[in-house]
Amino acid sequence: MTTSTIEITTLNQPARLDRGWRLFVRSILARAYPRVIGQTREKLWIFFETFLPFMATVGYVFVYRAIQAPEDYVGFVVIGGAMTAFWLNVIWMMASQLYWEKSSGNLPLYIIAPNSLMSILLGMAFGGLLATLLRAGAIIILGTLLFDIRFQVSGFVELIAVFTLTMAALYGLGMMLASIFLLFGREAWQIAEALREPVYFVSGFYFPVRALGFPVALAASVLPMTLGLDAMRQLSFGNGATLGFLTVGIEIAILAGLTVIFGVGAKVALEVVERKAIEEGTLTDRNR
Amino acid sequence: MFKTLKATLWPAAWLGWQIESNWTDPFMFIAFSVAKPVTGVLILVFMYWAVAGVGTDAPIYAYLFLGNTFYIYVGAVMAGASYSILDDRERYRTLKYIYISPISLPLYQVGRAVARFITGTLAVVITLGIGAVFFQLPITVLRVDWGLFALTMALGLVALSALGVTIGMWTLSIRSEPWFVGEGFAAAFYLFSGAIYPIDLLPAWLQPVAYALPITYWLELIRRALLGASAAAFPTFSAWSNGDLLLTLGGISLALIGVAAVTFQYFDHLARERGLIDVTSNF
Repeated sequence: MTTSTIEITTLNQPARLDRGWRLFVRSILARAYPRVIGQTREKLWIFFETFLPFMATVGYVFVYRAIQAPEDYVGFVVIGGAMTAFWLNVIWMMASQLYWEKSSGNLPLYIIAPNSLMSILLGMAFGGLLATLLRAGAIIILGTLLFDIRFQVSGFVELIAVFTLTMAALYGLGMMLASIFLLFGREAWQIAEALREPVYFVSGFYFPVRALGFPVALAASVLPMTLGLDAMRQLSFGNGATLGFLTVGIEIAILAGLTVIFGVGAKVALEVVERKAIEEGTLTDRNR
Repeated sequence: MFKTLKATLWPAAWLGWQIESNWTDPFMFIAFSVAKPVTGVLILVFMYWAVAGVGTDAPIYAYLFLGNTFYIYVGAVMAGASYSILDDRERYRTLKYIYISPISLPLYQVGRAVARFITGTLAVVITLGIGAVFFQLPITVLRVDWGLFALTMALGLVALSALGVTIGMWTLSIRSEPWFVGEGFAAAFYLFSGAIYPIDLLPAWLQPVAYALPITYWLELIRRALLGASAAAFPTFSAWSNGDLLLTLGGISLALIGVAAVTFQYFDHLARERGLIDVTSNF
């Protein structure tokens, strides 16, 4: 059989296309795959994305040591430092992603592909979460060993629930921001860069959020990390509950609400983006 | 000399300003430029306040506030000068044109950092103002040693620019993840320069790194210029006079200019030989 015969035979065979939920799930897995494999292939990424947040974390630990803070605060900083990895992943690898794809010319392919953009974003979120888990885990392990942190977990089930809900709400927010950042265009890059420290501040990444006062902490609770971090600290340290903002039960309920809101918001925002891309034909223009 | 400045420094500074600022309207630009560094300092202020029983009159409070505030310049000038090379090569794909134009590349790098220096200065001034008005930062304008401050700033900016040129030229030769290099240096210097805590807190084996960095002496002198005698409350440099610190900072700055000149020659040659001037990393 000649090469040309093989090609003709292949072209004549009807393609087996997945549809419905099978296509949705396969798209999620397909988009998650390069997120996990791609990031583990580039060893320098692992090093820098673990090393840089850890350096900042160490700096803040020394600040608490310099002001002779109780040892639980050191643990607070290490948990906050680990969570920065997720926030950076959401901002740079989720929220900015559609903008990157537009710049590199891939966005039109995403839009004309027979799968939904929602499944692509869910795949990015799923893959990004798994890959970031490694970095966050490394920061916690390194911090624990280096600074002799003593965890006193008061409820493992609640802790897992808080973490899961925080991640679900956070990556939902990232999916929603992806559409919004795409509409912003070049400003997305600047906004992503400019948002980092303000979010670290209002979410209390390095100090108990209740130090901001009730009104500010309440307003900051719209960001999933604020309540997620506060609840995780309350559940992980002996003095955590006394320094908490709201009770863990209320924080879990709000996080569940945020998960639903951001999930629906992401779906609506993506539909707007897809409609604009098809109707106007300018959204995918990499020169804009 | 004036011609070189006119042909290189001014256009580079203008280009840097446009890149930094023209993505939005001026109000939004200033808001974003200031929000990031100000909240960076506020993180430390609230870390400090969250710990019960520590008053704002403790020397460590002004120490970390000023250290973090002036560290804005490290990100602005050093990273500004180093990122310009990567920005032009990979984001705008213009480095090859800059290379063949009759300008001085190191001066162009410094010029690109000028825009960030201006926005950084704005952020520093606003942060200090907020600190003095709302957060009991003990600075009195009339008690500031302005002569020492100006001299220290000048020497510090020379050292930071030289570091920026060196790092920028080095990144030109890195094929994989060059973007992390500038950020890595800024993070390391933040940790080792005593920006937010006295370097005595570092493990003894890491303290020599702090003493080798110009930023360590620069920040100490800035604190002394702004706070006067209360700045020297930590044992690290208590035995050092202002003259000792200035001499050391000047010596290191001079050495860094030499290092920048040598590394520029070396990496420039390497980039030309290996065809790295118009490559894109990670592909």
